[in-house]
Amino acid sequence: MAKSEQEILESLGKIINEITGIPAADVTPEKNFVDELDIDSLSMVEIAVAAQDEFDVEIPDDQLKNLKTVKDVINFIQA
Amino acid sequence: MSKDQVRVVVTGLGATTPLGGDVGSTWSALLAGRSGVKTLTTDWIDTVPVKFAGVAEVDPGEVLPRPEARRLDRAEQFALIAAREAWQDAGAPEVDGDRLGVVVGSGIGGITTILDAYDTYRNKGWNRLSPFTVPMLMPNGAAGWISIDLGARAGAHSTVSACATGAEAIGYAIDMIRSGRADIVVAGGTEAAIHPLNIGSFAAMRAMSKRNDEPQRASRPFDKGRDGFVLGEGSGILVLESEEHARARGVRIYAEAAGAGYTSDGYHISAPEPSGRGGRLAMQHALKDAGLAPEDVIHVNAHATSTPVGDEIETQAIKDAIGGHALVTATKSMTGHLLGGAGGIESVFTVLTLHERIIPATVNLDDPADGIEVDIVSGDPRKLPDGQLAAINNSFGFGGHNVAVAFTTR
Repeated sequence: MAKSEQEILESLGKIINEITGIPAADVTPEKNFVDELDIDSLSMVEIAVAAQDEFDVEIPDDQLKNLKTVKDVINFIQA
Repeated sequence: MSKDQVRVVVTGLGATTPLGGDVGSTWSALLAGRSGVKTLTTDWIDTVPVKFAGVAEVDPGEVLPRPEARRLDRAEQFALIAAREAWQDAGAPEVDGDRLGVVVGSGIGGITTILDAYDTYRNKGWNRLSPFTVPMLMPNGAAGWISIDLGARAGAHSTVSACATGAEAIGYAIDMIRSGRADIVVAGGTEAAIHPLNIGSFAAMRAMSKRNDEPQRASRPFDKGRDGFVLGEGSGILVLESEEHARARGVRIYAEAAGAGYTSDGYHISAPEPSGRGGRLAMQHALKDAGLAPEDVIHVNAHATSTPVGDEIETQAIKDAIGGHALVTATKSMTGHLLGGAGGIESVFTVLTLHERIIPATVNLDDPADGIEVDIVSGDPRKLPDGQLAAINNSFGFGGHNVAVAFTTR
């Protein structure tokens, strides 16, 4: 069964907290990774690696650069 | 040493070891004669013939914030923790980053990272590898992270000479300050190699103690019953500073880092040259570099790993270079052998021995080997007299590397 947006958001919050130390509660759908969460490109790769394992998806590099907000990642995982 | 040469002093100490998570806890455990060797309970323990090691008393993952810890190999974590302690101990000096250097090495580098990443690659593919895999496995990683942490821009270097690595780093740091490249250099060694591949490989050399029923009695340098070294992990770091710079800011000076001596055996990849020539000459070079006479040196922190071949040869070298008056101790009897970290922590111990004027005793020396003609401090710690004293830390490594670092009271 596909995961709900809320379930994905919670899991993403945990992953991002583990990797960056940003409180999971700050990881909300509208947040931009670079401008608002201050996440650099290598941390984005770490997040992608963890998300691929967690959600059993493949995130190719040319897609990763288009994932600018938390909502973008949720949409990608749900697609 | 010429009188106009820049003098180098020790102004900060940091350590995380099998005896404690910092210098204070490690030093008091050492004086109490406590062993940091523990029985291993890992899931792979049945696959290797040695079931114990000097595991770090404080897990670095509990000290560093999680986002930082996950980007650093365990050896880098130890080094960063010890470097931060040393830096604070030195009073967190305000120094131009262009005049601040780092020299921190490791004997093996990020070996657990390499092996874990290889498992990830084989089981899940390259795109599941952490983007920090390379900086975690490279042996210069610790030096790089410390330089970033402190804003050190005068050069970050890594010596690699197996178990002589930490001492060689300190020698290189002395040279950096003497030659005018830096006013302060953070220097030492680190290692995190408690992994079944390393234990299996050292066991394949027949170099490790297999005293599985008495792990805390396994590291017994100079004892007739010794049967190999005990693997340890951790880091020891010193803040070295030009005396002029240290005096100007009025900081406590532990000791002078007076000189270093190096030789290579050019003989065998792992066995020491039987006459002890390489170790003797390294000590003699260190004396010359420091402007010391043999009779000035009251104490040697020996390399003495508890392997059957090396310990007596080293005592002969000490007798030849320093004399029979040398008060010798082997702190590996308590910490185990930290490989690339050994020269770092043992230099910390040598500096504290001079500063506190007390020599930690070698433990497990029940039945001294024949032919030892120096005074091994065992039983209780030995107090040192007042007055100007000098001490040497020896570190020797596979490859035939011999390093001696001389310190003096200030």
